[in-house]
Amino acid sequence: MSNYAKPRNFHEARWDEPLVFELSSPGQRGMLLPEEKELKELFDGEELLPRSVKRKQAPQLPELGQAQVLRHFLRLSQETLGQEINIDIGLGTCTMKYSPKIHEQFVRSHKLSSLHPLQPIESVQGILEVYYEMQELMKSISGMDAFSFQPGGGAQAVFSNASILKKYFEDHGEGEQRDEIITTVLSHPVNAASPHTKGFKVITLMPDPDTGYPSIEALKEVVSERTAGLFITNPEDTGIFNPHIKEMVKIVHDVGGLCVADIADSNGLFGIVRAKESGFDLCHFNLHKSFSSPHGSMGPCCGAQGVKDFLSKYLPLPVVVKTQQGYDLDYDRKDSIGKVRKFYGVAAVVLRAYCWIRTLGAEGLKEVSRVSILNNNYLMHRLLHEVRGISAPWGKEKYRMEQVRYSFETMKKETGVGTDDVSRRVVDYGLQDYFQSHHPWLIDEPFTPEPNETYSKLDIDEYANVFKRISDEAYSTPELVLSSPHRAPISKISIDPYVDPKDLIVTWRVYQKRREEK
Amino acid sequence: MKKIGLLINPIAGMGGAVGLKGTDGDEILEEARRRGAHPQSELKSKLALESFLTQNPPKDYKFYCYSPSMGGNLCAQLDIPFLLGPGNKVKTKREDTLKACQWMKDQGVDLLVFAGGDGTARDILTSKVDLPVLGIPTGVKIHSSVFVRTPKHLGRELSELLRLPLHEVELREVMDIDEERFRNNRLSARLFGYLGVPKNLRYLQMKKSSGGVENQIALQGIAQRIIGSMEPEEYYFVGPGTSTKPILDVLGIEGSLLGVDILKDKKLVVKDAKEEDLLKILNNSNAKIIVSVIGGQGYIFGRGNQQFSPAVLRKVGKKNIQIIATAEKLGSLGGRALLMDLGDESLEKDLSGFYLIPVDATSTYVYPCDNQE
Repeated sequence: MSNYAKPRNFHEARWDEPLVFELSSPGQRGMLLPEEKELKELFDGEELLPRSVKRKQAPQLPELGQAQVLRHFLRLSQETLGQEINIDIGLGTCTMKYSPKIHEQFVRSHKLSSLHPLQPIESVQGILEVYYEMQELMKSISGMDAFSFQPGGGAQAVFSNASILKKYFEDHGEGEQRDEIITTVLSHPVNAASPHTKGFKVITLMPDPDTGYPSIEALKEVVSERTAGLFITNPEDTGIFNPHIKEMVKIVHDVGGLCVADIADSNGLFGIVRAKESGFDLCHFNLHKSFSSPHGSMGPCCGAQGVKDFLSKYLPLPVVVKTQQGYDLDYDRKDSIGKVRKFYGVAAVVLRAYCWIRTLGAEGLKEVSRVSILNNNYLMHRLLHEVRGISAPWGKEKYRMEQVRYSFETMKKETGVGTDDVSRRVVDYGLQDYFQSHHPWLIDEPFTPEPNETYSKLDIDEYANVFKRISDEAYSTPELVLSSPHRAPISKISIDPYVDPKDLIVTWRVYQKRREEK
Repeated sequence: MKKIGLLINPIAGMGGAVGLKGTDGDEILEEARRRGAHPQSELKSKLALESFLTQNPPKDYKFYCYSPSMGGNLCAQLDIPFLLGPGNKVKTKREDTLKACQWMKDQGVDLLVFAGGDGTARDILTSKVDLPVLGIPTGVKIHSSVFVRTPKHLGRELSELLRLPLHEVELREVMDIDEERFRNNRLSARLFGYLGVPKNLRYLQMKKSSGGVENQIALQGIAQRIIGSMEPEEYYFVGPGTSTKPILDVLGIEGSLLGVDILKDKKLVVKDAKEEDLLKILNNSNAKIIVSVIGGQGYIFGRGNQQFSPAVLRKVGKKNIQIIATAEKLGSLGGRALLMDLGDESLEKDLSGFYLIPVDATSTYVYPCDNQE
């Protein structure tokens, strides 16, 4: 038996670590700052800071020495299952992949970390060149004609695209008439939410349970002269690629609407499908997902927004351009939708993604998608054939792209063990709990893993083995799973007392306030 | 002093553990006993009442129990102040539940806390005592939304209720399935009516995870949209159910809940209309139908709204049918098309196709209706 096939005898550290505020001891110091008098001599503090931003009293920070601070946070780090310490396949749609450490060195280099967005333009030519070259790469990857990296994430990129639609139709005298957008229920929820925030009415297509994607007939039923656009994720959250996408785009174009591709989950598409050939007018990628830049609690995000030439004048301000004098930020764009974020995007994310693309090259990118699709279908084969009680509803028997939304509904009915229980039990085997589903929950007891190209066959086998084992436990000793986790820093806690926001205490300040009230 | 009726159905839940999917009916109960089933209901009720006592409830309350086996024994065991009624059977039947309800009504209880399943909820509905209720889920089938989530959730809810006036209730569905069909692995849930449950409870049983508050907000949003789209001089036939009820509530109309109400210019024209009332209007005018979906099954016509007969539907026509449902309810159909049971294939074919269904204040789903699936 290989080391990967054996159940891991894992136990997470448990420090029962107090809050850093509770460790505070008056007089303890991590570093000694100059005395106030000395500071005033150094900086003339009265004038350096405007009165309005000066504190009236000292901040109530915990008082600890450096060693105590280090110990505290290292202990907490041992009580987490971060992306790089476990096989992080479970956070589907997030594309948790390995971020090469050499790229991290570039980002942490003072050449980037010391930059300030208000520096003179001639002193930031390097990073602007990276932006410009990155725009060219993204144009090639998508087939679109122009890009902006200003949106601070996927939802904002969709909002920015919705803003472009609004402006485009206003310019064409159809601003009031075209007030509807069409999306699909298994597209990322932002495809409905962001256009709605922009003021559009949202019509949502449901999938056909057999094919897993909406029917052409349903779309034909709802397009009209009121249709501003189609906002769609393909493949949707089921991982099923919609083969009729070009036809759907044509139907919307035929009534005068525009089509927007949500390619946040692009890991199965590199070198295989492009937005341009599918007929889309706008699209967005998430540089913090498929392009390796860490995200979520590990780093900031960046939505790469791409448009066809006829829409490029609407892109957010500023746009990075190449002139005879060098690279520049073009603010002189009267048709732009304006700024969607301060400055011009998260440079660190753009740089990491740029490094990742350049390292792989065109063939490498295609290989990323090939391996991701292969990995996903291999995991699906193992789970569906070996794990009792799991199924892949909506489009049964179909191959999937980069992810699958499974259901533990059968297991729940037969054993009482549902997805919440399995999600806690995986922690006992050294895996992070997993992502279940976006809203609305069309699939009962959901589970959405995404085994991208980072993971080897051995990794996937270890992952699948854990689920097979938990399923066996559910059918033989369900109480073991229902009462899990058993080897994590914190045991199972009932969430019921915490469903009311007024019962939640999420900051030290609130905690203090509640204690005073009592 | 608050008077709390406690009605434990002692046989509820016995069928589940021995694979009988319910304990409705004397034969099934005997079969459950023969298979070695033990009473579950009192054990679970004990958990519920213990959780209540740990909440330090106000002292000015008294429980009312019809018989020792239906709550009296448990109150005595937990030292809860109670008044014992005239019942004395150990092996209870449906009739005892009905008698207990009536006795509690006569005693003037403020709230009827009952322990059982869907069958018990139906019995309380049948008794027509019209008391606010709150269910402890101890039965096999829990499809009705009148129960707290788990027996332990009773404690917090009940102790808070004792601190509040009990007059504000909201109507919640009493659902039940056909146990005989269910034993043959065919699920067929039916809406039997509504019971009043105290308002603003936090830990009530929900069909899905999204919770009741979201559902109520969605229904309010739908109601506002429907009202906003109402045209003057147009007749609206509003179908039964709690999904359509917010439309009437917002307009300040007391409708029939289980019947069809006719509106015109946002005013009630006919309450609880019959088929002939609808046809009479359709002889001279157009009308629009506003109808909801039966959750989990997907029927829009022919189940519980037979007033919408083939003759009525043929005159109204597909384009004048407005279906409403929350996303949660549509999601519960697992992608299956909406259904009709009209006994008229040609009409069902005419009414098939896609419908635009408002699911909340802003979103609209496109959903098929097709009896062929």
